Amino acid sequence: MKYLIVLCCFLHVFLQPAHAALEIESHREADLYTELAGAKLNKMIPILVELETLKGEQILPLFTLLMAGNLYYVKADKALVGKANEQGATSYKSVFTQEERPELGKKDVKKVRVNNKLRSHLRTAIARIQLTSTSPVVREKAVRTLLAKLDPKTIVLLADRYAIEPHREVKNAIKLALALYTATQTQQSISDRVMAIETLSTSLENQVRNTLVQLTQDTHQPIALAAQKSLTQIEQRAQRFALVDKLFFGLSLGSVLLLASIGLAITFGVMGVINMAHGEMIMLGAYTTYVVQLMMPNYIDYSLIVAIPAAFVVSGLMGILVERLVICRLHGRPLETLLATFGISLILQQLVRTVFSPLNRQVSTPSWMSGSWEINPVLSLTLNRLYILAFSLAIFFLLVMILKKTSLGLNVRAVAQNRAMAKVMGVKTHRVDALTFGLGSGIAGIAGVALSQLTNVGPNLGQAYIIDSFMVVVFGGVGNLLGTLVAAFSLGIGTKFLEPITGAVLASIIVLVFIILFIQKRPKGLFPQKGRAAE
Amino acid sequence: MKGIIHFVRGYGFSQGHEAGKYTFPFVLLLLAVSVFAAAANTFLPVDSALYVSTYTITLLGKYLCYAMLALAVDIIWGYCGILSLGHGAFFALGGYGMGMYLMRQIGDRGVYGHPVLPDFMVFLDWQTLPWFWQGMDHFGFAMLMALFVPGLLAFVFGWLAFRSRVTGVYLSIMTQALTYALLLSFFRNEMGFGGNNGLTDFKEILGFDLQADSTRVSLFLITALLLVVLLLVSQRILSSQFGKVIVAIRDAEPRARFLGYRTERYKVWLFVYSAVIAGIAGALYVPQVGIINPSEFSPINSIEIVIWVAVGGRGTLIGAILGALLVNYAKTRFTAILPDAWLFALGALFVLVTLYLPQGLIGLVSQIKHKWQQVRRKEVGA
Repeated sequence: MKYLIVLCCFLHVFLQPAHAALEIESHREADLYTELAGAKLNKMIPILVELETLKGEQILPLFTLLMAGNLYYVKADKALVGKANEQGATSYKSVFTQEERPELGKKDVKKVRVNNKLRSHLRTAIARIQLTSTSPVVREKAVRTLLAKLDPKTIVLLADRYAIEPHREVKNAIKLALALYTATQTQQSISDRVMAIETLSTSLENQVRNTLVQLTQDTHQPIALAAQKSLTQIEQRAQRFALVDKLFFGLSLGSVLLLASIGLAITFGVMGVINMAHGEMIMLGAYTTYVVQLMMPNYIDYSLIVAIPAAFVVSGLMGILVERLVICRLHGRPLETLLATFGISLILQQLVRTVFSPLNRQVSTPSWMSGSWEINPVLSLTLNRLYILAFSLAIFFLLVMILKKTSLGLNVRAVAQNRAMAKVMGVKTHRVDALTFGLGSGIAGIAGVALSQLTNVGPNLGQAYIIDSFMVVVFGGVGNLLGTLVAAFSLGIGTKFLEPITGAVLASIIVLVFIILFIQKRPKGLFPQKGRAAE
Repeated sequence: MKGIIHFVRGYGFSQGHEAGKYTFPFVLLLLAVSVFAAAANTFLPVDSALYVSTYTITLLGKYLCYAMLALAVDIIWGYCGILSLGHGAFFALGGYGMGMYLMRQIGDRGVYGHPVLPDFMVFLDWQTLPWFWQGMDHFGFAMLMALFVPGLLAFVFGWLAFRSRVTGVYLSIMTQALTYALLLSFFRNEMGFGGNNGLTDFKEILGFDLQADSTRVSLFLITALLLVVLLLVSQRILSSQFGKVIVAIRDAEPRARFLGYRTERYKVWLFVYSAVIAGIAGALYVPQVGIINPSEFSPINSIEIVIWVAVGGRGTLIGAILGALLVNYAKTRFTAILPDAWLFALGALFVLVTLYLPQGLIGLVSQIKHKWQQVRRKEVGA
């Protein structure tokens, strides 16, 4: 938020060429700058107020610099300069002309100090100035910032702006601010205040809620009642959004479970064996992301696009290797396969510990994935979770397409349904096994890329997922991808809805116990495969 | 002596049962070594070449507890084909039973000096003893609980699982989920079992100081004796008619069912029996190592038990014991010399044993013997 304002301000400065040639003309102004350079903290606010009235929006660069704590003054002549950090190197520029001052070093300048009181004054001052910005987004943000500190001066400003404001969203925000002000003014008529309070019921802003809570204690009965009513409405809306938020986190957990379990679902469905090293395939994918980022440190934004196929290949090849060397020799002995793959998982974990380190590795998030999508003051969705949710669904549909539309998919389904019959019909079951295993492991690798954006990348990354993902597969029904999808999302949402009530640990215990009991009741999962086998 | 041999014979050793043949000598060897180690510790001077340190005695006692645990897993995996990846849970529950008793024995000698409440409860600011801690200061009752709780859990779990015909890998993962759920629960302080730190700082058992050499040697001897008894009883059970049905279930469960056996009941009782053995092992383990904490529930511990059985040779009972002793000895040596290499070795053990030694070391012995006999027969024939 803060950075956004700073960014906007800088853009604003560049958009107005008049600034480039700005020179300090008036003596008073120059005096003020000098005063600002050496002023004590408690003397600064009057200076800032005077500057604001003198210069209007042209003072914005100075205010933003001061706000960010980047305003310095040269010790020799008390000229104000801004500190800029570009690629690790610190440089100083004069505030208004943006001229580089290369001769200045760390020892030639001194910081203009700010405290919280000043910052809060600056925040509203900047917002006041930004009200006239050309961008409606900046203007709306400015109004919302002003909500925190409404005084008569600001209200006049806002009312003037309201009359000429062309943009609807900004207009609504200003209306809200005016209503908020009116609601608190005891000299206003009661009916006006009640109307203002009713207008407030559409807002989710924190300030509005705080004000309303105070107003419920008002001595005038109608006002207290109206405030109570508005507050209830707001709370209800906020609760609805909290529900959406919880749902989103549930879906996000579901998407992680889906990514982790979908590969297992294929291998288990086709070969009837549990690959206990599945979690380590996920881990390999995450480490592939790490290595890719090490190799292209200057292109982190593109690293994931490279990492996804790389992780698929690394984990997929490892899967095929494991299948050819171990699993195909244990054909028809699922329990032994389980043990052998567990051994492989131990080896892979230790391998990673030896090659990298037992400590967690740092995987960076590309800029396009960081941050969040703020829908309203109570609901904001983090972008990385949103992307991973979409990604998991994309992978799911891709996989369904592979199974439904390609000849490999046909063979895989044939072997899954009836291995002996498929073999008789000429399906090369060994090849199908190896490819299935490669595919399942490759997708686990891709899951690792996604997980590297959410959790720590360490040797134990995979271990945490093997039980969970097996639960998903069993819950959904073996050999049924749709079941896996439904199971992953319902378990994810279920866990997230239980968590606030019971706490995280108890929630996962409850889910585990639920599945254990569920399996007793329906051993073949939610969507069982139909068949006539005796068992 | 003749009487003893006759008694032992009754346990089905001379019925051509491949593993049974070795049981009698194995039992004798085990007892002899145990008694010798105990005597060497007690009677020999410290500087004697044959002296066995108390540290070694405790280590051996620990191995024997693991061996008992392996026996429990072999009974259900080797004879009934139920691969339990959660036997560590029963072991740990038994251990917690003993741990609670030992905790109560500390009395007011804890750090906080509270007459009734264990330290961690005082620390959590609890006022009274939770109901499930009541009566745990009586040794008999505590031991009963150490056997009863794992047995009950096994009964409920087994009854639910076997009745719904959950088998194979499903069952294995279910047992793993079971121990994982218990792991998570026991980590919680609210559970009343000491949370993360578990139960430790024990002082004495039945009035004997736990740090004293004599107590340690006695515990070791009791473990060895109980192991032998459980081995013999298990051998007896598995060679009875009940055992024959169990093996039939392992080899072809639907067929056994079609023949009219209520297979799920056989499985449930065998599962309970196995869990109780694991509980006994846990109860013996805790006073010897002096601590029980939730990490005993971790899935990897349970899966390690299975590899001990696999290395020794499943379905042979003594193979399981042998495997547990060998692998744990190797683990102690390995982790001392090359700590990083142990997981590689363990992982490789999993892979190699399942690939090349499906019958374990015991199986290897009979394989070699078989080969040798073939060779000799050829020579004689020629």
